[in-house]
Amino acid sequence: MPAALLDIDHVSKRFVKRPNLGEQIAGLLGAGRKTEIVRAVSDVSLTVAKGEVVGLVGESGCGKSTLGRMVAGIYTPSDGKILFGNAPVAKEQGRRTHKLTTRVQMIHQDPFASLNPRIRIGDTVSEGPVAHNIVKAREADSYVADLLGRVGLDPSYRRRFPHQFSGGQRQRIAIARALAMKPDLLVLDEPVASLDVSIQAQVLNLFMDLRSDLDLTGIFISHDLGVVRHVSDRVAIMYLGRIVELAPTAELYAKPNHPYTRALFESVPRVGVGRKNFRPIAGEIPSPLNPPSGCHFHPRCPFAGPRCKREAPPLEAIGPGRFSACHLNTGGTD
Amino acid sequence: MSSSPALTLPAETSWTRLSNFWSDFRQSPVAVAALIVVVVVVLMAVLAPLVAPQDPYNQEALDLFDARLEPGEVGSGGYVHWLGTDAAGRDIFSAILYGLRTSLIVGVMAGTLALILGTTVGLVAAYYGGRIEALIMRIIDLQLSLPAILLALVLVALLGQGLMQLVAALVAAQYAYFARTTHGAASAERRKDYIEAALSTPLPARHVLFRHLLPNALPPLIVVATVQVANSIALEATLSFLGLGLPITQPSLGSLISNGFQFLLSGRYWISIYPGIALMLTVVAINLVGDQVRNVLNPRRSR
Amino acid sequence: MNEVVLRVKNLQTQFQTRAGALKAVDGVSFEVGRGRILGLVGESGSGKSVTGYSILGLVEPPGRIAGGEVLLNGKDITRLKGDAMRQVRGAQIAMVFQDPMMTLNPVLKIGTQMIAAVRAHARVSRRAARSRARDALAKVGIPSPEERLEAYPHQLSGGMRQRVAIAIALLHSPAVIIADEPTTALDVSIQGQILAEVRRLADETGTAFVWVTHDLAVVSSLADDICVMYAGRVVESGPAADVIGSPRHPYTAGLLASVPAEHEPGTKLPQVPGSTPSLANLPPGCAFAPRCAKAGPACTTTPPLQQFEGGRTALCHYPIEPVSCQPLSLTSTTYRSAS
Ligand SMILES: Nc1ncnc2c1ncn2[C@@H]1O[C@H](COP(=O)(O)OP(=O)(O)OP(=O)(O)O)[C@@H](O)[C@H]1O
Ligand SMILES: Nc1ncnc2c1ncn2[C@@H]1O[C@H](COP(=O)(O)OP(=O)(O)O)[C@@H](O)[C@H]1O
Ligand code: SF4
Ligand code: SF4
Ligand SMILES: [Mg+2]
Ligand SMILES: [Mg+2]
Repeated sequence: MPAALLDIDHVSKRFVKRPNLGEQIAGLLGAGRKTEIVRAVSDVSLTVAKGEVVGLVGESGCGKSTLGRMVAGIYTPSDGKILFGNAPVAKEQGRRTHKLTTRVQMIHQDPFASLNPRIRIGDTVSEGPVAHNIVKAREADSYVADLLGRVGLDPSYRRRFPHQFSGGQRQRIAIARALAMKPDLLVLDEPVASLDVSIQAQVLNLFMDLRSDLDLTGIFISHDLGVVRHVSDRVAIMYLGRIVELAPTAELYAKPNHPYTRALFESVPRVGVGRKNFRPIAGEIPSPLNPPSGCHFHPRCPFAGPRCKREAPPLEAIGPGRFSACHLNTGGTD
Repeated sequence: MSSSPALTLPAETSWTRLSNFWSDFRQSPVAVAALIVVVVVVLMAVLAPLVAPQDPYNQEALDLFDARLEPGEVGSGGYVHWLGTDAAGRDIFSAILYGLRTSLIVGVMAGTLALILGTTVGLVAAYYGGRIEALIMRIIDLQLSLPAILLALVLVALLGQGLMQLVAALVAAQYAYFARTTHGAASAERRKDYIEAALSTPLPARHVLFRHLLPNALPPLIVVATVQVANSIALEATLSFLGLGLPITQPSLGSLISNGFQFLLSGRYWISIYPGIALMLTVVAINLVGDQVRNVLNPRRSR
Repeated sequence: MNEVVLRVKNLQTQFQTRAGALKAVDGVSFEVGRGRILGLVGESGSGKSVTGYSILGLVEPPGRIAGGEVLLNGKDITRLKGDAMRQVRGAQIAMVFQDPMMTLNPVLKIGTQMIAAVRAHARVSRRAARSRARDALAKVGIPSPEERLEAYPHQLSGGMRQRVAIAIALLHSPAVIIADEPTTALDVSIQGQILAEVRRLADETGTAFVWVTHDLAVVSSLADDICVMYAGRVVESGPAADVIGSPRHPYTAGLLASVPAEHEPGTKLPQVPGSTPSLANLPPGCAFAPRCAKAGPACTTTPPLQQFEGGRTALCHYPIEPVSCQPLSLTSTTYRSAS
């Protein structure tokens, strides 16, 4: 295996929600909220090799974005470390996170929110590289024109404001802004989820072109199994803060191992012919405030046994390059 | 990449935005009338030395024989005192023009300085968060729970009389409104993805603060600013009326009202009432304009 | 033949804007039979929601219904005003929104709200209303409905809230429920549960659904019939399986072809070029023409509504020939579990 570009090493992230003054007072009277801890990501390890795209799949609130934000240096992990080329991506300073590298860039889900409405798109793309001396200020204009062309936008649009563009065009601008920093690693957080169906294909094609042209490495977050299958080399399935299965894409889709992965695949409606009988997963998604004991999936799992309530199954190798976190693979659930 | 993006919208320039703003603003005839009043008031104040028949600052031009003339009488200067004169023989109309000038200067200066101070405080609180934010916002809340007039009274009493002291007191009494508004708007913006994108680029902190956060937190401030100019004028008038503001030798609307107050009961209403009307007109007009600006800028109402 | 409960005829809804009248819905027609589910698909801004709002008389100024009819059990309801409309709405036709909090009041218990909803249209005792509310919750698959009646909306998950909203819509066994992207904000596993539940409800209760969504996968697994909308018009309609299996309109075909799940991973996806047009600035003739691979000389004029056998229509000058056997790529089950 080629050397890892990104090393996510036993990373956890907890968000502590302290009650505010009013709630503290209510708490004294026995009514308010107590300090709540959200375990958004718990003990996740993953390495990404140079040139590889890893898909991150899971339902909302399972910690995909939180993990992505830690990789992009927006949050620092509560435990564990994230190394990019052997150095941490960010450090904590006081209460603020300081990003230490410009070579990891992120693309957000909603291109209507991720561009500053009051800044011309040319400036949006150029301000990062100018601030970091990637280009000189007087060369910024041609640099921007070049990038816009690259993402399929007419360079003459660079003096326009974001509201003059459609969703797909804005997502291209966001991609141009990320590329302007000459990144090695892109974190794409549901980059096509908010786009129209006919535009999704355009942006996915753009991503695949850029990936091969620029030799990009990527973490591709999505809840859309079809999209992830199309762009990723490997896929990690997350459930309630943990990776439950990790495998090369083709093998995962051909033969999912973890009960959650299997249930997820069956519950997703697909464009097929006729009223297909998909089988929904029973039960609610538990709250990350108060996850079930042992295997987080046990209240919904058709194979759950007493061991599943007691012990959390570790993510273990079940074949070359394949990992799964289920007791069924390691001696049963009793 | 093979797609040829077709932009359907015409390029929106600041000019078209302005003209859209105006066409929305125009929807309310009251607001348009108020705007006309504001413009006239400002013009008269600016052009006071040209428009006013008399310079009320110039003690030598005053003639005690002209004291307390009724509106419409002709004084020793040979011109009609349309709004009468006061006890020192000052032409009330001229005094109002000069008074407006002082009031507007105080109002705009206090408003602007309070805006700058308040915005900075609010932005810093929203950007840094955590304990800094909690501390600043507690102070602001505390201050907002006190009546502004009380705070201004105490400050003027401490600082002494004079234009600058007055402005300082007004700023101290009013920056909190700006700080709270900025803080609210900026904390809402702070959570948006484009700030996160700026932080993850990463852009330098001052860049994020002043190029990204501030411009987006600005629209609600424009409204607060207009209203606070009106409030400053009213506050200054109140202080002057109470004798803590500006001396009558440097008349503002408030000191004019105060100056005539003692004559009110003896039937010489004009010395007090006309400056009062001018004050009310100005304050109400500015507030009406501010309200309409808010309506137009509020995205839920417009379009 | 199935009894038609809702028939929309040539519906026109316009919004007055600075740029002139915006035709958000421009001559939409369709019908839904008892117990059937009609999927109204289209991209953002194509007029799906406005169609739904128009049917229920919920369009507010500057919007107005400029023409057409909405026949509910044969009676035109577009001309009903105020109280008369409120009598129909909730009792004979109901709406479910993407955000269930549009229906639910955050400060009232679920039970209180549901009892009020029952008694708005039926003269029954509180007790009877309560048991009806409980039955409705059970019907949409909510576990321990008695307890849920005592809960406040914020104590429920998003999926539960949406179920409650559907239960409220079902209270008076309306003829039709209009559902505007009710599962878009939900997770796939929860969406799956609700879709299965809705399918069962339509079959069992005979309530018809108009299911508004942008998700082709959802309509193809849920709906009996499909209407595809583009720029305010229905460009293609017909039985769901037929439309998905062999689209006749170039736009539908383009959409279906660009779904990644149906292609070899890593390959370039067929894409519809360009972007969705602004309603304020539509091209003359066929609105899809600038993006259409099949566009020809006639396409600068308004395309005709072509009727095909099997109850299918397409609004197009050059409709695609039907495919006799279903294309392999569309039936592939590559990522179904091996079990
Ligand atoms: N209040 C309004 N004033 C002006 N135009 C409106 C208004 N409401 C909707 N429109 C316009 O009508 C058109 C159709 O909107 P509609 O909400 O029905 O789209 P939709 O198909 O439901 O899209 P989405 O998938 O985004 O919900 C859009 O172009 C929209 O901009
Ligand atoms: N800044 C934050 N403060 C508190 N909780 C958060 C924060 N960000 C995320 N969370 C919580 O962490 C969990 C995982 O969130 P996220 O990573 O956004 O999920 P996903 O992207 O998979 O939908 C959720 O329960 C979410 O509410
Ligand atoms: S560990 Fe047990 S509960 Fe968890 S997925 Fe495996 S069988 Fe199911
Ligand atoms: S009418 Fe012409 S442009 Fe429109 S969809 Fe048909 S072929 Fe394409
Ligand atoms: Mg997310
Ligand atoms: Mg809609």
